[in-house]
Amino acid sequence: MRMKPQTSEKIAKTLIWTAALSVLVVLVAILVYILLKGLPHISWSFLTEIPRSMGREGGIASTIVGTLLVSFVAIIIAVPFGIGTAFYLAEYTRETMVTRFIRFSAESLAAIPSIVYGLFGLSFFVISLHIGLSILAGGLTLAFMILPTIIRTSEEAILAVPQSYRETSFSLGGTKWQTIRKSVLPSAIQGIANGIILSLGRCVAETAAVFLTAGMTLHMATSILAPTRTMAVHFYLLAMEGISMDNAYGTAALLIILVFIINVGANAFVNKAMAKGK
Amino acid sequence: MKIEIQNLNVYYGEKQVIQDLSLQIPRNEILSIIGPANSGVTTLLRSLNRLVDLTPGCRVEGSILLDGESIFDEEVSVTELRRKVGMVFEIPAPLPMSIFDNIAYGPRLKGTKNRQKLMDVAEESLRLAALWDETKDRLKMPAFKLSGGQQQRLCIARVLALRPEVIMLDRSCSGLDPISTAKIEDSLVQLKKQFTVVLAPHNVQQAGRVSDRVAFMLMGKLIEDGKNSEVFSSPKDQRTNDYITGRFG
Repeated sequence: MRMKPQTSEKIAKTLIWTAALSVLVVLVAILVYILLKGLPHISWSFLTEIPRSMGREGGIASTIVGTLLVSFVAIIIAVPFGIGTAFYLAEYTRETMVTRFIRFSAESLAAIPSIVYGLFGLSFFVISLHIGLSILAGGLTLAFMILPTIIRTSEEAILAVPQSYRETSFSLGGTKWQTIRKSVLPSAIQGIANGIILSLGRCVAETAAVFLTAGMTLHMATSILAPTRTMAVHFYLLAMEGISMDNAYGTAALLIILVFIINVGANAFVNKAMAKGK
Repeated sequence: MKIEIQNLNVYYGEKQVIQDLSLQIPRNEILSIIGPANSGVTTLLRSLNRLVDLTPGCRVEGSILLDGESIFDEEVSVTELRRKVGMVFEIPAPLPMSIFDNIAYGPRLKGTKNRQKLMDVAEESLRLAALWDETKDRLKMPAFKLSGGQQQRLCIARVLALRPEVIMLDRSCSGLDPISTAKIEDSLVQLKKQFTVVLAPHNVQQAGRVSDRVAFMLMGKLIEDGKNSEVFSSPKDQRTNDYITGRFG
């Protein structure tokens, strides 16, 4: 028996609403749970003091600094290479074996579990290159990990720029580079920035690739060649070793807030930069 | 002659879109190139400023002379050529920036930075394109907010800002209302005093209204060309006659 269109419409609508609503509920539940558990443990001293007795007491200042530095190194390295590769793929070549190979490589890189990046970073950067467990080694490893995301999102953003912008720019006597810089980039920058923000979030939240390459020391980092412990690694260890669930939740809550601040801040920055360009 | 085209052949891959075409374009006149869809009119225009270079797999044979010099010469700067031979596309293509920045786009690429100079160029170009009165108070407004007809006149002004020698319009009035079309046609008649205009009109009537000369293309070949009055009153070729009397196309 065939269903009436009105009936199927109703069923479809209900199912789609249910799906969206469930996702929202789960998301909010996780956020609320962690913030409720964690926020009470966040205090000024929690933010500014170095962990004592393995993190049972004291704050998490050194892990905040470690997180920011490792992520910063990763972004600084991955962004120019990622965007450069994206422009090469989207603007400077036609579809050939080489571009297909680069794209395939990037996609394969994206599918590798982060622990494998950690192992690679440990054996290559830490041991073979004698960098040692350090912020630099951790940042380099993360840079490799987020490169595919940045390439992919940037390339999509560039390809989404209407072809008419390019033709217009060329027809007005623009060179290829002028066209990219003045016509394509301003239109693609929003999408590119979104990819970078996404990658930054992954850097901040990463554990496996980081503790194998940046170490787990609780000391405050003194240089980018020093080892460090990131917040994600810190609360992983606090929870796994049963050191302090309270401080684990406190760190997790702070991590969520940090990611939130990065997102909002980066978006505001991009919007401001865009407004200036117009 | 401003432009002399000799034995032009253009191919997209295996497909030949222009066949052995020779045509002379006199200066300070409006030449209309008419023909049904897929006649190669757009490709011909895109050959004149070498925009075809951007199309993968496109091959051009024959010669095109601008003021007696080949545009395909090694020494010719293609960016310089495109400044001299400006083009307005079928669909209005404002860039996502203000009206002023759209007009300043070309001069800025050339290296003009002086704000006052750019302002003067913008005013002059907008006046020529019959858009100044409508936009003089809102030059900082995003160009997207203009109506379709205004956007297309902005695109004409943007080309004029480069002080070109030739202006090509590729069916640039096809999506416009009659009033906008009339404004553009009026400015074209003004413009030919200073420039050479090559027009691919969106219909035969427009060719009849504005052009001095008309060329008829069919399936990549030039069927005939001549003075407007001659071609329209006594076409030499039966196919031209059929086309302009509306029997096909």
